[in-house]
Amino acid sequence: MVMRSPDDWLAILETVPDPEIPVLNVVEMGIVRGVDCTEGGLTVRITPTYMGCPAMDAIADDIRTTLGPFAREESRSLTVELVYSPAWTTDWLDDKAQAKLEAYGIAPPGKTSDKRALNGEAPDIRCPKCKSTETELVSLFGSTACKAHYTCGSCGEPFDHFKCI
Amino acid sequence: MDARFDYLLRLGDDALILGQQLGLWTGHGPALEEDIALTNIGLDQIGQARAWLTLAGRIEGQGRDEDRLAYFRDQAEFRNALLCERPNGHFGDTIVRQFLFDTYAVGLHEGLSRSSDPEIAAIARKSAKESAYHLRHSRAWMVRLGDGTEESHAKVQQSLDDLLPYVGDLFHSDEATQNAAVEGWGVDPAELREGWEARFNEMLDESGLTCPESVPEQTGGRVGRHTEQLSFLLAEMQVLPRTYPDAQW
Ligand SMILES: [Zn+2]
Repeated sequence: MVMRSPDDWLAILETVPDPEIPVLNVVEMGIVRGVDCTEGGLTVRITPTYMGCPAMDAIADDIRTTLGPFAREESRSLTVELVYSPAWTTDWLDDKAQAKLEAYGIAPPGKTSDKRALNGEAPDIRCPKCKSTETELVSLFGSTACKAHYTCGSCGEPFDHFKCI
Repeated sequence: MDARFDYLLRLGDDALILGQQLGLWTGHGPALEEDIALTNIGLDQIGQARAWLTLAGRIEGQGRDEDRLAYFRDQAEFRNALLCERPNGHFGDTIVRQFLFDTYAVGLHEGLSRSSDPEIAAIARKSAKESAYHLRHSRAWMVRLGDGTEESHAKVQQSLDDLLPYVGDLFHSDEATQNAAVEGWGVDPAELREGWEARFNEMLDESGLTCPESVPEQTGGRVGRHTEQLSFLLAEMQVLPRTYPDAQW
């Protein structure tokens, strides 16, 4: 039997959706930091988006459930390891992932090189529905830790903005 | 005993006690957005507490994990600053408590990001992003309430007068914190005071709130001398795991 490479394992991990934003998988979200194959072992390193992210346990469970059968095929013991460094950043969401978010109705984070968001100045947040930038911050905290709540002045749509960190 | 253990308890207990209190706002916020904001901040605090306490337990090497440290220590073993155990009070009280803490936390996390201990540095870098965001929220409310109506100004000024005496405990410095700074893995909180005051005074300028001429200082949290408020809080937080120590969920 040909043993899977780390890239093969990553490809399987791309079938695991983020439980709170199912339009993205855990690799696209940047939660999966890497896969290490050792003699008889397989370790998946994951990092939290926010320290208190309540979805981390569910994500670890989903990873174990999805990879488990494949790991057993290769007689590997599976470990999901939580790491804090380097700290998660929305910069790990590439252009494709950002476009998926917008199509799903969540205004994407943009890039942290645009420091306006963190410094308290209002960045241009585009309404995911009508694309207007006439939008207004309603609350810094939205439906999950990683989102802020906005409303669109043009079409009236209330929407989540993925916070840029 | 490894000196890092007690130091990490101070970090973890601040976050744990504050997070537990913010959680009590669930369903009681003055508006839905604020309900969500306060509980989200609480969630971040609990997340930080878990990371610090897990690391503390591992360094101690006695087999105590985050839950063991959170649920099975008594009041005198807690190392949180007194400010964190001040009661929620009304919304203005909670916001002032949070602002006073956030202005301290941003400096603390920034300093600890340069810790020579890679695990402490990693947790601090992650926490720094969160504390900066929390400060943005609590500071905006300080300005909005201070520079708001006569009633909001009077109320939040009273909250500030009530809570300022507990700020000094955050900057408690002793041999342990001084050694931590010398050895390079920790920050001596005394060194954070200047940065704190600069951020605090900026807020005063913008909100029209004032600082009393002289503020008495209440200290003791870092050595386990707490107010009765912490007893009530711990009783509620610890009753379930202490009644059913083997409970699984
Ligand atoms: Zn719109």
